[in-house]
Amino acid sequence: MNFKFGLFFGLTVIFAGQALADKPVEAPGGKFAKEAEQMFRTSFRADNPKYWMTRLEQDETMKTCLQFRDNPPRKVGEKLEKLNAATIRYPVDGKLIGDWKEGEKLAAVGTGGHIGFIQPDPAGRVRGGNCYACHELAKKEIAYGTIGPSLREFGKIRGKDEDTIKYVYDKIYNSNAFTACTNMPRFGLHSWLTPEQITHIVAFLIDPESPVNKD
Amino acid sequence: MNRRLIKTLVGAAIFAAFAGGVSAQDSKVADELAKYREALADGNPADLLEVKGEGLWSEKRGPKNASLEQCDLGQGPGKLEGAYAALPKYFKDTNKVMDVESRLVHCMVTLQGFTQAEVTKQWFSRPGKESDIEALVTFIGAKSNGMKINVPATHPEEAKMAKMGEYIFYRRSGPQDFSCSICHGQEGKRIRLQDLGNLTTKDGAGTAMKTWPSYRVSQGAVWTMQRRLIDCMRQARWPEPNYLADSIVALETFLQKNATGTVMETPGIKR
Ligand code: HEC
Ligand code: HEC
Repeated sequence: MNFKFGLFFGLTVIFAGQALADKPVEAPGGKFAKEAEQMFRTSFRADNPKYWMTRLEQDETMKTCLQFRDNPPRKVGEKLEKLNAATIRYPVDGKLIGDWKEGEKLAAVGTGGHIGFIQPDPAGRVRGGNCYACHELAKKEIAYGTIGPSLREFGKIRGKDEDTIKYVYDKIYNSNAFTACTNMPRFGLHSWLTPEQITHIVAFLIDPESPVNKD
Repeated sequence: MNRRLIKTLVGAAIFAAFAGGVSAQDSKVADELAKYREALADGNPADLLEVKGEGLWSEKRGPKNASLEQCDLGQGPGKLEGAYAALPKYFKDTNKVMDVESRLVHCMVTLQGFTQAEVTKQWFSRPGKESDIEALVTFIGAKSNGMKINVPATHPEEAKMAKMGEYIFYRRSGPQDFSCSICHGQEGKRIRLQDLGNLTTKDGAGTAMKTWPSYRVSQGAVWTMQRRLIDCMRQARWPEPNYLADSIVALETFLQKNATGTVMETPGIKR
């Protein structure tokens, strides 16, 4: 094989590969998607209270992410990001960074919000951010998951200026404002965490005294 | 059995290595470790349940005083070898795609004369309350040990069911924006310390599906696949599906199709 041909062949393979990657993937369920939605909705126990059943509703973001298997084309992604950014609300006093000690507790709590008849959370159980399910944070906690990137030394690396603080607040409030269809939940949008609770978690990530940034 | 034991030992060793450094959760982890060891001392506790299931299978029971020996799990009446590995499957007599649990319940109703409500009342065990279904499924599962999972979903109804399962797998909803895919759609991820495979690949789905039903040390019980998936929906913060719901059978069809070709090693033993 001469050099020129080799080069040509190589490029062709690269282009072909790209073309393949750009080809839209079939939406999950294919032509049965509608029927599947119907089947899913009707497969729950009749004695689930109505307010539990509302958890099956999908907003536009959820519907779109499903359609694209969480991998929307950039244009669609941008639209979703704008839509989600517009939902962000701030604490009344406007202060976006709170108490890291409170944040430390909230980041570790993985319970809350479980429903059903087999093993629901007791009423009033505190809901946490469950950040450790997906992120490494303080060094001393080794039982962390890896669905998201490591956030160890987040403040040390990224700084503690106003923009960074606002970014972290916004990210926790509505993760999809930056990355459409990310695996990270939208904690503020769903009122899973209050704005105040979010400020505490921001402090846990940013405050130089927080174990995320110390030792 | 031997291989299973070795694997469990390796698993326990890895578990111990992790447990070594966990501070806040030390006692809880130590607790679980103790349960692991206990479980190891006399093999997989599921083996006992398997024996119980075998007894239940041939015992004459119910209003019709009949055994389950004529139950057709897809390979013909009474044929158990490889039946679990080939389910879910389309059945002409019910005109439905059924998984091992829905088919078993169908047999208990039609052959033994129980009502569906009676049979499914204790579909999973609780401390002090054993479940016949768990025992029977453990027994039926073991009869596929060493055989390949075989759910190519070639029948149109099966193909449709697998597609519907795929839909549900990617469907996001609830206060945490979860779908099955969030936790099970990527290679090599963990949630806390639990490994999560990619259930959309043969390797990931195979590694998972070949071990079910499984004895869960943290629960002190054997879990069937229905139990597993209904609990994952709980983790997703969704309402509770019906036992034997079509949506669960659809997910199972999707997963077994992905896992097809993987050799069964059941009953498994898990965290
Ligand atoms: C279900 C998994 C999951 C949970 C739970 C989760 N995250 Fe994330 N997070 C991710 C993923 C995946 C990413 C990377 C993609 C992205 O940017 O959205 C991410 C990204 C981030 C980022 C951006 C990192 C960067 O380099 O800019 C921050 C900050 C963050 N998460 C904070 C948190 C905090 C704080 C919590 C707890 C309140 C949390 N996450 C809970 C999955 C999760
Ligand atoms: C919030 C995360 C989460 C969600 C969402 C979730 N699961 Fe799971 N799933 C888990 C965890 C954790 C385990 C147990 C892993 C362990 O204990 O090692 C598990 C276990 C499983 C297993 C057994 C895996 C094995 O290796 O034996 C299957 C199969 C499964 N899930 C399927 C599903 C399906 C289908 C859905 C959607 C209905 C789903 N899961 C939703 C977290 C999740």
